[in-house]
Amino acid sequence: MDNFVVEVKGVSKVYGKTIKTVALHELNLGFKTGSFNAIIGESGSGKSTLLNIIGTLDRPTKGEVIINGVSTRNMSKGRLADLRNETLGFVFQFHYLLPEFTAMENVLMPYRVAHGKADKESQKRAREILNLVGLEKVENNLATNMSGGQQQRTAIARALMNQPKIILADEPTGNLDSQTTDSIYQLFRKINQELGTTFIIITHDRRVAEKADRIVEILDGRISLDIVK
Amino acid sequence: MKLAFDIALRFLKSSKGQTILIVLGIAIGVSVQIFIGSLITGLQKSLVDKTVGSAPQITVAPQEDGDFILDAQAEIKTIKAANPAEIKSLVAVTQGPAILKTPDQSTTIILRGFEWDDAQGIYKIADRLVKGNLGTNKNEVVIGKDLSENLNVKIDDTLEMITPTGKTGEFLVTGYFDLQVKSLNESWILTNTDTAQTFLETGDGVSQIEMQVNDVFVADEVAMDVEKRLNDETLIVTNWKEENAALLSGLSGQTASSLMIQFFVLISVVLGIASVLAISVVQKSRQIGILKAMGMQNPKASLVFLFQGFLLGILGAFVGIALGIGLSWSFATLVTNPDGTSLVPFYIDWFFIGISAGIAIIASTLAALIPAIRVSKLDPMEVIKNG
Ligand SMILES: Nc1ncnc2c1ncn2[C@@H]1O[C@H](COP(=O)(O)OP(=O)(O)OP(=O)(O)O)[C@@H](O)[C@H]1O
Ligand SMILES: [Mg+2]
Repeated sequence: MDNFVVEVKGVSKVYGKTIKTVALHELNLGFKTGSFNAIIGESGSGKSTLLNIIGTLDRPTKGEVIINGVSTRNMSKGRLADLRNETLGFVFQFHYLLPEFTAMENVLMPYRVAHGKADKESQKRAREILNLVGLEKVENNLATNMSGGQQQRTAIARALMNQPKIILADEPTGNLDSQTTDSIYQLFRKINQELGTTFIIITHDRRVAEKADRIVEILDGRISLDIVK
Repeated sequence: MKLAFDIALRFLKSSKGQTILIVLGIAIGVSVQIFIGSLITGLQKSLVDKTVGSAPQITVAPQEDGDFILDAQAEIKTIKAANPAEIKSLVAVTQGPAILKTPDQSTTIILRGFEWDDAQGIYKIADRLVKGNLGTNKNEVVIGKDLSENLNVKIDDTLEMITPTGKTGEFLVTGYFDLQVKSLNESWILTNTDTAQTFLETGDGVSQIEMQVNDVFVADEVAMDVEKRLNDETLIVTNWKEENAALLSGLSGQTASSLMIQFFVLISVVLGIASVLAISVVQKSRQIGILKAMGMQNPKASLVFLFQGFLLGILGAFVGIALGIGLSWSFATLVTNPDGTSLVPFYIDWFFIGISAGIAIIASTLAALIPAIRVSKLDPMEVIKNG
């Protein structure tokens, strides 16, 4: 058996009660530990829906998501929250930083959600990650006092803070110029290789997708293409 | 806990204008409560003090008019034993009406005799003596300031009095007193027990035993204790509360209306906080959504808002206490009687202030409950979908 860190089994998602929109059709998909995956597909095909279901932020209408070999179907909200905190890192198209906090504090946030207080060691770690994404100069800036690229890199640093096994990214560079985009993907690759973190990234950028180990294309809620290099 | 508290604090700090506004709202509510509360309490205290502060609060007298209490000292011991913690300033009074005759007119007065030292407790007679000295010898009397003016009597003058039974006597005026109640100043003549007993022909008997209590508002209960202890059908025990029912019902009406005002102030404070915090939930929904996506549990997210309510309550209460005390103080200082004394004395009841502040803090926290519940229902998906 393949060792899947994430497995999607027969997942369907139907929106709406009277007018039903079927966003996903009985999808089956597994992602290997330490793999670097790209999900592509045209707008409205169901990519974000899939990623949010994998991230346990949304529940499938049918089917189940298995993370680390454990089904999430019957987990309570609190249990799911703990799972997200420990195992998953999110990067969205919009950064969703807390504007009331500095870059450093934002990066520490997932740690504090788990442990309450940020000890010396976690602070050191947060600083290292900020160095990694090249933000050591602005670590004490409020989230609002940074450029778009810096904000997005802070959000990436935040996703790395709890050393998650899986990073889920939904068009993480959608709002950035091509140079910044390149440096962010290089960063993702580096983390993937050094820490063995699994990446599942939605992207519109063919160039970016081609650098992944595997490309999954979604069309109208179904897998239309699955290329493993 | 710590994280929820830190986030709450940061949220409040980041929207300073809004925070200051709510804090002011709570503070004004608290200060109005404290101001009205201390005004009413101060007013009632001074009113009660004026009414019964220098008067007997419980009186033991014979049931039948014209009877006397024969062994006053023994009765005083029994009375004191009825409630030693409350009863104070016991004094045996021998009194009776008499007609005072001067060359041009005659008036009816009440001659009251007691041991000067015993009477000091209730009547503070030594302090109320405006001129001369207390008559300690036989047939020496002190008279009221107003009476002396009305009759044009001076110290060292001799007065002639006639009892209802027709007995006459001559008395030497040794001083004037001012009890600050005109009717008493016009009608009382005070003397020592011996003089009164001889002139009024009571033998060793006294007319009544008067006393005060430490807490004037329990005078009725203490009076019951005394009655039980004495267990004597021929004696009747009265207290100031039954004789001042109108005053007391006025006071309780005042207290009730002040409670009403305070209740409505509280409601408006709670509504204010709840609505502002409800708005702030909408404002902060992105933050809450992402915190939940990160794995923050629902109760913790709610706690952020409860802490905000709590912090606002504490801040508001402290500012409110300062404002309220300032307000009460200015009122006491600025609103004065013609003679410069304050109309309502400045009075700080820390217990009451503590209760007001405590209620404000609890109410603010409870007001945050509705927004807190909304927060726990917020689905991170909504935020992430809608950007
Ligand atoms: N809350 C919702 N209610 C009803 N339909 C929805 C809802 N969310 C998404 N959909 C529908 O589900 C389908 C898939 O949406 P999804 O957001 O997953 O697309 P996507 O592939 O991420 O597109 P894009 O590339 O534009 O982000 C779309 O047809 C969309 O209209
Ligand atoms: Mg999408």
